[in-house]
Amino acid sequence: MSNQSIAISVRGIRKTYKDFVAVDSVSFDVPKGTVLGLLGPNGAGKTTIVRMMTTLLQPDAGTITVAGYDVVTAPNEVRKRIGLAGQYAAVDENLTGYENLEMIGRLHRLSAKDAKAKAHELLEQFQLADATNKTLKTYSGGMRRRLDLAASLVGDPEVLFLDEPTTGLDPKSRLDLWHILEGLVAKGTTLLLTTQYLEEADRLADRIIMIDHGRVVAEGTTDELKAQRGGDVLELHLEDISRVQEAVTLLADIGKEAARADENGMLIIPVTHRTQSLLEAVRRLDSANIALADVTLRRPTLDEIFLELTGNRA
Amino acid sequence: MSSSLAWAISDVWVLVKRNLIRYKRIPQLLFFSTVQPVMFLLLFTYVFGGAISGDTGSYINYLLPGILMQTALFSSVQTGVGLADDMNKGIIDRFRSLPMTRLAVLAGRTIADAIRGLLIVIVMLLVGMLIGFDPNGGILGVTGATLLAVAFGFAFSWVSATIGLAVKNSEAAQVAGFVWIFPLIYISSAYVPVETLPKTLKFIAEHSPITATIDAVRELASGTDAMHDVLGAVAWIVIIILIFVPLSVKLYKQRA
Repeated sequence: MSNQSIAISVRGIRKTYKDFVAVDSVSFDVPKGTVLGLLGPNGAGKTTIVRMMTTLLQPDAGTITVAGYDVVTAPNEVRKRIGLAGQYAAVDENLTGYENLEMIGRLHRLSAKDAKAKAHELLEQFQLADATNKTLKTYSGGMRRRLDLAASLVGDPEVLFLDEPTTGLDPKSRLDLWHILEGLVAKGTTLLLTTQYLEEADRLADRIIMIDHGRVVAEGTTDELKAQRGGDVLELHLEDISRVQEAVTLLADIGKEAARADENGMLIIPVTHRTQSLLEAVRRLDSANIALADVTLRRPTLDEIFLELTGNRA
Repeated sequence: MSSSLAWAISDVWVLVKRNLIRYKRIPQLLFFSTVQPVMFLLLFTYVFGGAISGDTGSYINYLLPGILMQTALFSSVQTGVGLADDMNKGIIDRFRSLPMTRLAVLAGRTIADAIRGLLIVIVMLLVGMLIGFDPNGGILGVTGATLLAVAFGFAFSWVSATIGLAVKNSEAAQVAGFVWIFPLIYISSAYVPVETLPKTLKFIAEHSPITATIDAVRELASGTDAMHDVLGAVAWIVIIILIFVPLSVKLYKQRA
């Protein structure tokens, strides 16, 4: 991949606070126009990584290039090309929605006329036009978040950083925000988002990096992660639950791990060869006259992978 | 280079406006920050005037310049409080991630506070005139005195900004900003002639930047020869700004 097509390049970054290592040897690339999800439990180091990529914090070691510029040696060039929305709505309480966006526009060095037009355009796009001239004290939490995201877009960023953008939002507002983000990515914006919600990463991200204790513990597309870790899972519901132990013995060698029964009498078998294992299981049960009520062959969820990787901390 | 200077000025002005809008939205803020110094003026004039100068009328001409300085200094404490408050809000991260000049957040605050200080000082002058302030310096002298007091308050805003950024908490900034202002203002020529102080305090008062500036303000207002003290006051203002602007900007940049 040529450098032209890389929006974010992170190489061996490290950040320590006294004895505490917050981030250690983290490296990754984000191709232009794609979405990277940075996933990890609270305190894993996600926010620290975002703060280093957005010039708010300097790495102790390693290099970061964003939109073609080094964050340490050319921070202002980076700042011209990025947008950032953090965990807390970074907007001014005493200003109106319009005043907030116009101020950010002027600070992005737009002309007075362009800053005004951009503010109105974004208020419209984020369904805040009715609240244009109301101070933020009257805004709901969801409205503040939308305004915050709008503020991060004032400079038409090439690369957008969102640190837990939907934390604390109700399900409806979360869906609305996802739609907006999908629209932005469709137009070519590169997006890096951190989240604790696996569902969010699953839905939005092209690639996922799992962070724990400041280190990368896994990375790949959601499909790759699911295939790498755990593989597929075969779930069998028997008509007659009393025969479950018989079935466990019968199918002991079918998967890559021994079959087991869960508390509801369902058979769970981690398998490597999807259809072959399924057919073999059905055949064996059939010849032993054990009737099946239902069969499911599924991918592990991101939650299962995540729990496997991080212990039970998440 | 000249265009980057123009943008820097634009950035500062955007932040000044942001800070001043607060007073438009919450007028009580401005009202109560005016009430306090006016109350000081009335209390000092009518409570101490008789004892110190024999009658209230002659004390107020001596007192008012001192009160102006006290007001400018107290007002400067708000700079550190406001900045410490800002630093704990998410918006500072937004500012720091924008391609704007690093100085703007600080200068936007100190300049807005100087404008507020100027308004308060004007109200005090008007109240002072109502109760007998009648300086010989005329409009020109009083204007000069006012600007000098406000300029000194502006310089101290940068000291206050440095304190606010160092303590990182608005309540701590309030306390840390005020404690040392009291001895500074009282061990000076603000309320009593320096000659009446005990030897050590007299020495401190004579070399205090507050005394230098108050004397200049007083001379300007009263129309006497002010050149020497005005130069001294301006020198102090320049020295304070030269030390504390870079210091506060450094702290602002360092904050993680």
